[in-house]
Amino acid sequence: MEEKKIFEKGNIAIAMAAIAAGCKYYFGYPITPQSDIPEYLSRELPRVGGVFLQSESEVAAINMLLGAAATGARVMTSSSGPGISLMQEGISYMAGDELPAVIVNVSRSGPGLGGISPSQGDYFQATRGGGHGDYRTMVLAPHSVQEMWDFTIMAFDLADKYRNPVIILADGMLGQMKEPFVTRMPEPIPYPPKDSWALTGAKGRPGRVIKSLYLGHLELEKHVWKLNEKYERMKKEDTRWEEYMLDDPEIVVVAFGSAARIAKTAVKVARQEGYRVGLLRPITLFPYPYKRIRELSEKVEKFLTVELNAGQMVEDVMIGVGARSKVYFYGRPNGVGSLPTPEEIYNEIIKTLKNEKVPVNEF
Amino acid sequence: MAEIARKVFSKPKSMKDKPFHFCPGCHHGIVHRLVGEAIDTLGIREKTIGVASVGCSVFLYDYFDVDVLEAPHGRAPAEATAIKRVLPDSVVFIYQGDGDLAAIGTAEIIHAANRGENFTVIFINNANYGMTGGQMAPTTLLGMKTATSPYGRDFRREGYPIKMSEIIAQLEGSAFVARGAVNKPANLNKTKKYILKAFEYQIKGMGFSFVEVLSACPTDWGMTPVEACEFIEREMIPYYPLGILKEKKVPDHL
Repeated sequence: MEEKKIFEKGNIAIAMAAIAAGCKYYFGYPITPQSDIPEYLSRELPRVGGVFLQSESEVAAINMLLGAAATGARVMTSSSGPGISLMQEGISYMAGDELPAVIVNVSRSGPGLGGISPSQGDYFQATRGGGHGDYRTMVLAPHSVQEMWDFTIMAFDLADKYRNPVIILADGMLGQMKEPFVTRMPEPIPYPPKDSWALTGAKGRPGRVIKSLYLGHLELEKHVWKLNEKYERMKKEDTRWEEYMLDDPEIVVVAFGSAARIAKTAVKVARQEGYRVGLLRPITLFPYPYKRIRELSEKVEKFLTVELNAGQMVEDVMIGVGARSKVYFYGRPNGVGSLPTPEEIYNEIIKTLKNEKVPVNEF
Repeated sequence: MAEIARKVFSKPKSMKDKPFHFCPGCHHGIVHRLVGEAIDTLGIREKTIGVASVGCSVFLYDYFDVDVLEAPHGRAPAEATAIKRVLPDSVVFIYQGDGDLAAIGTAEIIHAANRGENFTVIFINNANYGMTGGQMAPTTLLGMKTATSPYGRDFRREGYPIKMSEIIAQLEGSAFVARGAVNKPANLNKTKKYILKAFEYQIKGMGFSFVEVLSACPTDWGMTPVEACEFIEREMIPYYPLGILKEKKVPDHL
């Protein structure tokens, strides 16, 4: 594919990247703030011989995803908070079935109908499994329109590598804002062929089954441990994060997605003013970069977690830090008008340095 | 050497040589066989993909030597929609019970039918939730006692038994809709034809095909297998009349 620099919304970048990644099938249901994705794909997928289908609900959409994934096809859906909640049933089944697919959450604020403004309140849902049972999904958190493109392509490879659903956790800000981005193909991630398991009709072979039901003695335990081996492999091979101005820091800001985007400016300004502050930005929220946080906590006394919620990822920062350092939190949950400015985050950095904030990990 | 024994009856080739786990007198085994016979007759084993539902029929993959996907409760029409859209040359069938299709999966079956998805549905109506121990289903008859309608189903509390074939037939997208039973040979033979026809409709690209089969659940009904067959004749068929409800002559796309 020819590389082009274009100026578009994050949602459109995701939709375009899906086609570039070879995804020809999309099933979904309209919901703000991600409806640009189905609108774009309803126009473009038929042009590449693909299928766009607007389902009757997110429950149906995720099950269509399951069916398409079972044939070995690359397939994607997208939604936002309330719709992603409805999809949890299917995501659990897909994890149990070991089916690869990409699920985009351009998240909005909750709980309940909440609002349509950007939020990171779906962090627990995305990183802790979300549905019933003992499973994980890989979670990628972009913080720019370029990453909406890059991570979508990566997500298809990672889903196929692990035969597991991959979630792209974006938000309304990333979905709706326009930025220039390059339609580049990231380094491909190798994945095994699908012809040993895909359901395509039993031509010249016995029938196959894709299922998540295991009723025999010790069968399910064995299956769950097998799934867990994949999650352990994800931790070893595909934990990703970005380090920004992290030389000899006195304080580390930890933030992902939109919050990290805003925090970057705050960190840059603080550095210019001579404060030893840096940013650690988890890119994969599962697997989480605990190890890197642990290493940093051996030298750094203070960690300030910034999130667009009332405190979710901060628990992972605490796991990484253990009892070695102090963890502080600045959160702006939900709602119109609650997106913090770089100045607000800058002020929180200074307050943390001046010991004007109370650590959240002193119980 | 003179012929001393000749095999005149065997399992369909599209089925595995495995004894059914179903209870004595259950009709699932018979309907499974009718589906297997249709697959054999049409020679489509190598391109058939089945979608199993949740309930006693979940073990479809244990009995059919075709590719099978297990769907979450009620969602099989969504899985089948996607499979058929990705692989239009495959033959896709789903096999759902009444709890699966007429309760939790109502939205999925209605919309798949309404879109005219070109796959085949086998709908087992045994008027209760068999696998979970005989609780009330949307298709439970008025007055019928089940594990969760111990005083008998009363329309003032639990509403009326739902007639899914009639609902599906009135949707523009459905092409072939029939209701059969397997409680006696005459009904079984008709049902066999309906199932074969439903698959033929799919192969011809006619659109959504749907066969409801009134089925016995003697264990949960608290009856002998013979009594259960009589119950179908006496109580179920008058409320759920048998026959072809709809058969389009030409597909909508022509």
